[in-house]
Amino acid sequence: MTQTIDEIFEQICTLIAPFNKKNIPITKDSLFSVDLELDSLNVMDILSEIEDEFDITVPLNMLPDLETVGQFAEIVKQLLSEQ
Amino acid sequence: MTFDLFEKFDSILNDYNSLPKGAANPFTVSMEQVLSPTTAIINGRKTILAGTNNYMGMTFNQECMDAAQEALLTLGTGTTGSRMLNGTYNSHKKLEDTLKKFYDTQHAIVFSTGYQANLGIIATLAGPKDYVVIDADSHASIYDGCAMGNATVVRFKHNDADNLDKKLTRIRKNDPQAGILVVLEGVYSMLGDQAPLKELTRISKAHNAFVLVDEAHSIGVFGETGRGVAQEQGVEDQIDFIVGTFSKSVGTIGGYCVSNNPKFEALRLVCRPYIFTASLPPSVVASATKALELIANSNLRAKLLSNSRRLNNGLSQAGFDMGTTGESPIAAIIIAEQDTAIAFWGEMIKEGVYVNLALPPATPKKLNLMRCSLSAAHNHEQIDFMLEKFILVGTKLGLLQDIPKRILA
Ligand SMILES: Cc1ncc(COP(=O)(O)O)c(C=O)c1O
Repeated sequence: MTQTIDEIFEQICTLIAPFNKKNIPITKDSLFSVDLELDSLNVMDILSEIEDEFDITVPLNMLPDLETVGQFAEIVKQLLSEQ
Repeated sequence: MTFDLFEKFDSILNDYNSLPKGAANPFTVSMEQVLSPTTAIINGRKTILAGTNNYMGMTFNQECMDAAQEALLTLGTGTTGSRMLNGTYNSHKKLEDTLKKFYDTQHAIVFSTGYQANLGIIATLAGPKDYVVIDADSHASIYDGCAMGNATVVRFKHNDADNLDKKLTRIRKNDPQAGILVVLEGVYSMLGDQAPLKELTRISKAHNAFVLVDEAHSIGVFGETGRGVAQEQGVEDQIDFIVGTFSKSVGTIGGYCVSNNPKFEALRLVCRPYIFTASLPPSVVASATKALELIANSNLRAKLLSNSRRLNNGLSQAGFDMGTTGESPIAAIIIAEQDTAIAFWGEMIKEGVYVNLALPPATPKKLNLMRCSLSAAHNHEQIDFMLEKFILVGTKLGLLQDIPKRILA
């Protein structure tokens, strides 16, 4: 049942879609702030969606280290494996 | 320019520099004279103050001013010290006793501001192994309290009981023994909506979490004796800590936290924003004490809320897109375009009405708001004047044309 990093990434992209008003193509290296033009409030809202989607707790304290979509996917994978 | 400490502010400075200059700049207003809780001279013009959070009009209350003056003349201009050292006068203790009586609690601690009260209580109570769970629309002081502390911070959707339940369930699943502090606000200041405290506290207690409610915008305004939304909704016995401020209804400056927790006084020994700053000056302490006594026994709440309904109803009937409903002292209209909101503000001040221009990120849902906070000290003529100017400016800026469409939609 464990998901691959690519599956997690795809799922996260779906969650980001409603915030990605200009439909900017998302890669694992996309920076939330620069590439996707999202501010910290958007990122906090996305984080909350991710928590509910994957049924995990991602503390706000982790946000400063999460700059790219790929880093989000990795942290989700790590938190899922710790359960 | 990597050496430049200021480089990171370039984009915000750019935005700021594109704002109108001079009298039409919403963030450089200066009051030349303050005539009363509801009027001031701004840009040489007599202006109605419609956005000052001065809910009870206490700033010019004669009894409060007399008490402040007496304290000033007998105790001096400041304490020059921490509460822990030379900064506790008998009057500070009397203010804490007055708070205990006001809230009917065992304990009360006074801070130098409400901002510091939130910083101090949240950062100190929730330690490295604990969790703080906050509403997404929390005030900056709550976010900053989280940032200053070492606890794990989790955020739930604004006023969403199911979402809070989900977040708490998850935390408990991984960490059955953790200490959890849930932080709520009685009234959220931008749109004036109340927290559904009954449900939120029931869920919090079901997960053995402590509950803190910030009543900054609700003290004086709600509840039979003005204690706030917890009293209004009848859930005071479910709340562990109430934080509040003297900078709104109480008409001066200062913050506090009250509680029945038997170990509450320990905070005086460990709470850095309480210890490492000077205590409130005696004149402030005296007027706050007097104002609390007056608020508990006043009938100003009904006047305030009827004032708010008058403005909210008027704005809504005029066809503005409303952010508020009139259930709190806040009246805010939503303006789609930021430039229009800024222009709206400039026109209002020219017409002699000061309101708050509230922009993201200080607002929920990225709204641009023209926000008024009503006062019990406003009279009907003043409110009708505000309304007249709102409609004048709204028509001028083309915000009131498509009323029929909106009603049909
Ligand atoms: C919800 C809330 N908490 C705390 C504060 C801080 O109050 P003070 O002005 O006493 O620092 C405010 C004031 O803006 C507030 O709105």
